[in-house]
Amino acid sequence: MSHALTPAERINMVLRPVPTSLVYIVGALPGLYIVAGVLLALTGTYDVFGTSLGPDPARTIEHWLGELALQFFIATMTISVLRDYFRLKLIKFRRPLGLLTFFYVVLHLGVWLGLDIQLRWGEVWSDILKRPYITIGMLGFLMMIPLALTSSNFMIRRLGPISWQRLHKLAYLAILLGGIHYVMVQKVWEAESLIYLAAILVLLALRGRRLLR
Amino acid sequence: GIAGPSLASQYSTNEDPNAWEEITQYNNFYEFGTDKSDPAEYAGALTTDPWEVEIDGLVEKPGKYSFKDIMAAMTVEERIYRFRCVEAWSMVIPWNGFELADLLNMAGVQDGAKYVSFETLLRPEEMWGQKRRFIPWPYREGLRLDEAMHPLTIMATGIYGKPIPNQNGAPLRLVVPWKYGFKSIKSVVKITLTENEPETSWNTINASEYGFYSNVNPQVDHPRWSQASERRVGGGLLAKRIPTPMFNGYEDQVAGLYAGMDLAKNF
Repeated sequence: MSHALTPAERINMVLRPVPTSLVYIVGALPGLYIVAGVLLALTGTYDVFGTSLGPDPARTIEHWLGELALQFFIATMTISVLRDYFRLKLIKFRRPLGLLTFFYVVLHLGVWLGLDIQLRWGEVWSDILKRPYITIGMLGFLMMIPLALTSSNFMIRRLGPISWQRLHKLAYLAILLGGIHYVMVQKVWEAESLIYLAAILVLLALRGRRLLR
Repeated sequence: GIAGPSLASQYSTNEDPNAWEEITQYNNFYEFGTDKSDPAEYAGALTTDPWEVEIDGLVEKPGKYSFKDIMAAMTVEERIYRFRCVEAWSMVIPWNGFELADLLNMAGVQDGAKYVSFETLLRPEEMWGQKRRFIPWPYREGLRLDEAMHPLTIMATGIYGKPIPNQNGAPLRLVVPWKYGFKSIKSVVKITLTENEPETSWNTINASEYGFYSNVNPQVDHPRWSQASERRVGGGLLAKRIPTPMFNGYEDQVAGLYAGMDLAKNF
């Protein structure tokens, strides 16, 4: 018996043959561009960025990477919502998106340590301990480490799917901390960061029932 | 002229000034948006001619002074100052301007005056940021009278000998080089001499983060970041952080203003 395909079924059909490696490659491009640019600058080989990053390039890169991390995080967390509410089968893209999120968080942190605070460890530790927005961001990062380390079929088998799923609920706390971190960096209530936080809260609300289970 | 002759000043630093593009493309002027690039993009909408500065409160000759009349009466000179933002970045800027003391003396300061308050223009139709209410507009700042009368304190009307661009606070703005940049209020339309400490914008929004004095002080951290060091804008991607000096390097000239004060409490 045949029936007209629903839009969700059409999208599922189009995306089925798309390899996850494509998501990894395309998703990593901005990060690789930044890493290459910084490395070439460090070795004095070539100025990739020119004046495109404005008068304060380190800060521009730092914020750019932070935003990319949040964007990938939101995309990662949207996958289950799209499945539950729209029957979109995107689950195979969740791991690449999640690992890309971690990639950008690590780069964001690396630029803060290396180019912004410049390994002045006294200031690094006092910032982490004394300053709420950095404490919150750092907590979010720490929570993502076990998630990244267990993002493989081998670790799912090893932990068992139930404990694995329980562990990965940490992602909801981590994304919330990321959103709060962004809002708190600003001097005033900024529309852009508030939109990110609102999107995260909507995601959490849509997943709320299942999370509490 | 607005920029004036470039008399070398004993108050100038001999550090290399930032490039014109850096000084005029990287600004905090929330009246035109909160991105550093917003002021350069949107401040062109601001009409700065004609311009009047109302001077009132405890002065002998209160009234509205036109920018032209002020400039005719003032002596403009070049002052190359370090500029330290509360966000822990800095620049070196070759201002052209006149001492605020000269302007206040023109209006005649009365004996009872102890503070000076300043207001930026309120004109939301030209300053779109003022349509958003994250700051209770107009932007306001204030100084103690002795800070205002200090020879380092100037009203800047030019940069690099050119009229000051709108995004930097045309046609005239305060510059107090030993305080965080937000004290140096832009596009001033009102100056009031008062007996009591005036309300100031950032202090009103968040008193625990932005004190009335807001002197540059590497030992007193902002609650959300360290003030011990700063990044000099324009040094490129790999610019080294530099230690922030007490009073932004103007300690010899201004420390006496705060003798006996607890600067951690009066931050």
